[in-house]
Amino acid sequence: MTPNHAALELWPAAVSATASETDLLILAFTVLTLLLTVPVFVAITYFALRYREGSEADRQPSGIRSNLIEISWMLIPFLLTLIFFVWGARLYVASRNPPPDAMVIEAIGRQWMWKFQHPTGQAEINNLHLPIGQPIRLRIISQDVIHALYLPAVRLQVAALPDRYTDLWFKADKIGTYHLYCSEYCGTDHSVMGGEVTFMNPGDYQDWLTHAGAQQSKVAAGRTLYEAYGCAGCHDPGSAVKAPSLAGLYGNPVKLADGRTVTADETWLREKILNPNGDRLAEGYKQVMPSFAGRIPEDELGRLIDFLKSYTAPASGKAAQATP
Amino acid sequence: MSATGSVGGTARREPHAPEATLGRKADYLHADSTLRSWFLTTDHKRIAILYLTSITGFFVIGAVAAGVVRLALIVPNGAIMTNDTYNKAFTIHGVVMVWFFLIPSIPATFGNFLIPLMIGAKDLAFPKLNLTSWYVFMAGAFFTLVSLVLGGVDTGWTFYAPLSTAFSNTWVLPALIGVTIVGFSSILTGLNFVVTIHTMRAPGMTWFKLPIFVWAHYATSLIFLLATPVITTALILLIMERGFHIGVFDPAYGGDPVLFQHLFWFYSHPAVYIMVLPGMGVISEIVPAFAQKKLFGYRFVAYASIGLASVTFFVWGHHMFVNGQSDLASLVFSALSFAVAVPSAVKVYNWTATIHKGSLRLDTPMLYAMGYIGLFVLGGLTGLYLATLAINQHIHATYFVVAHFHYIMVGGTVLAFLGGLHFWWPKFTGRMYSEPWGRVSAVLIFLGFNVTFFPQFILGYLGMPRRYATYPAEFQLLNVLSSAGATILAAGYIFPMLYLVYSLWFGRKAPANPWNAKGLEWETGSPPPKHNFLSPPEVPRIPYDYPIQAQESQDQHG
Repeated sequence: MTPNHAALELWPAAVSATASETDLLILAFTVLTLLLTVPVFVAITYFALRYREGSEADRQPSGIRSNLIEISWMLIPFLLTLIFFVWGARLYVASRNPPPDAMVIEAIGRQWMWKFQHPTGQAEINNLHLPIGQPIRLRIISQDVIHALYLPAVRLQVAALPDRYTDLWFKADKIGTYHLYCSEYCGTDHSVMGGEVTFMNPGDYQDWLTHAGAQQSKVAAGRTLYEAYGCAGCHDPGSAVKAPSLAGLYGNPVKLADGRTVTADETWLREKILNPNGDRLAEGYKQVMPSFAGRIPEDELGRLIDFLKSYTAPASGKAAQATP
Repeated sequence: MSATGSVGGTARREPHAPEATLGRKADYLHADSTLRSWFLTTDHKRIAILYLTSITGFFVIGAVAAGVVRLALIVPNGAIMTNDTYNKAFTIHGVVMVWFFLIPSIPATFGNFLIPLMIGAKDLAFPKLNLTSWYVFMAGAFFTLVSLVLGGVDTGWTFYAPLSTAFSNTWVLPALIGVTIVGFSSILTGLNFVVTIHTMRAPGMTWFKLPIFVWAHYATSLIFLLATPVITTALILLIMERGFHIGVFDPAYGGDPVLFQHLFWFYSHPAVYIMVLPGMGVISEIVPAFAQKKLFGYRFVAYASIGLASVTFFVWGHHMFVNGQSDLASLVFSALSFAVAVPSAVKVYNWTATIHKGSLRLDTPMLYAMGYIGLFVLGGLTGLYLATLAINQHIHATYFVVAHFHYIMVGGTVLAFLGGLHFWWPKFTGRMYSEPWGRVSAVLIFLGFNVTFFPQFILGYLGMPRRYATYPAEFQLLNVLSSAGATILAAGYIFPMLYLVYSLWFGRKAPANPWNAKGLEWETGSPPPKHNFLSPPEVPRIPYDYPIQAQESQDQHG
């Protein structure tokens, strides 16, 4: 499947409501730009002809006070553009806050490929298959330099940073195959780091998942890693080493030894696994956990975090996962 | 008001009797002709010529690299050159054009030559420092050329970490050292201009009699002084990380890669105004001269120069809306960017209003100025698309950005540079260039520029990312159009190099004031004598004292 594009297409496909509104915003902004520039082009051309040296034009001062003109041509365009600031900001804020029921897809960038993993464990390189009609959140990280994941069909992009998670969410409502790019220059094969995103009907997506070779789900794989790396040995209730229980931790405040309180979000959990001590030590605990920096690959970290997010204490009664 | 001007001025003015006896032949070009007299000169005019020659060389290197980029993009599949070659070509284009052409272009050449003349001074405040700045510039240029000769750099002119510090296998270190050094020459030039404008003005040359060109350079110098040290620091940290593995930006050493972007853009956004403000200064001189009319809203333009130079320090975050910056920071930076962009873009209304009811001559400098006005307003307003958060999420790092900043940098700064070069060429060299060839080139450049860069706005909206050696086939038509435009643009650049050099020997001798322009630089010979003025220049009653005065001049100065 390749994207089906005409030779010159001036109105590219928009597959989400946000994308359509972004297009409308761009169109409206273009109308404003024309309003502010065309008079200048026309005036320059007209004046150049009318007021040529030696022409019989009236050159008497017009008598309009210049301060008034100055202030009005500064303020009026400024106020007009402020409308667009507000509109753009509102749309941006909406596109930055994913709904809690969004399906999380792991995206890992490295020189020069994207690796995606679905919640049910299927992985893809450079191409991505997604269902329509459902909020999707891409949780993005890089394994080396800074990359950026850019999906023009939803009019969104965000950087993939090597030290923290970023995310991108959208809800597509049209099926089709579109470009998927890296948009932050990352070295030799930057321009070939990408492929296609295919939006499918939910039923087709389920079929695709089946044929893509169902492995362990990410949460189950994370549970296995949790045991394999020895996390369970200290963090499970009743273990010999006194380590805090991780059940129900995700999304809740953590008091630190230095007095700060942080929220245990995805980036925090990742950093805590890689560099657990120093200023990240939780209140009331000792620096006994070893650092896992360089010992756990990025995709396994993602699975561990997915497991921790789903990990609720049986008796605590505190639900870590929000139910829609 | 006049007291402020005369204090410094009178103290430093020398008697002019000795120069007067030298006669006409002893202009600054003919006063001495040995190589030594050029390379050890402390005359601001000769240093300006040294700069002009060197940056022209860099312009040629940068333009050839641009040609390579446009050549590669004629085909979508990268068949013409390898991805590495392409990446090096756009990096060289960016590094050379930004650091070695655009930033020094107008200040180090026209600023150096004209500021003392415009304020009625004999030289800059620190002539030896001025010469030093050129040698520092050349030292930085040497290291950058070394990196180029050894095999080039592929990080992009932005040198983002950790690509530049840990992953690139090219000659990054010499390029970084070169760019670090060249920053010091900017600082020295800025310092020299600020002190000169404060202390060396002729008696009676008060602040509000200064041409806008001088105001613009004063504002630019403030940015040189306040912003350049930040990029110097950031680049030294990069050098330490790449050379000695001292972790600052690379997470592998516990660093923060986004920190580099903050430091980089804290300088590089104000640097846009280092490139833009002097161009505005040039246009503010050309338009009144060729309309024979006082500049509309002189005080507004003067204050705006200082205002823009200040506000520009608070908008750097708009380069990082999608780079993991907090949403609150992005909202604040977006709002501030609107505040700086609109007043900046509407300056074009002032020049348009100056033409209104003027008496226009459409000579080459004026053609460039009119082209500048049209392209700059488009460049400024497309900047607002990028400052709008939701739009930025789509067109960030696409060809829309490339088109936008080329409308500012080429449509703005380069057209102002060429306009200024033709306007003051008689003053610099004592010769007139060929007017018909000048007009042909100006029109070619305007057309070639638009054919090259307008399609890139569309490419960006369609979603073609920048810095792509290969691209999807559906973008080929617009890319071929853009490359075709680049050949027209190249022709437009080659003609002036030929006819301007030709005029040095065969051009008509220039009178002191060929354009009937106002300003003290036109009160002395073309070329000026070694010490600028044979007798103390008479400071006019008002700035831009042209025959046609708009109503406002009676309001403000009557």
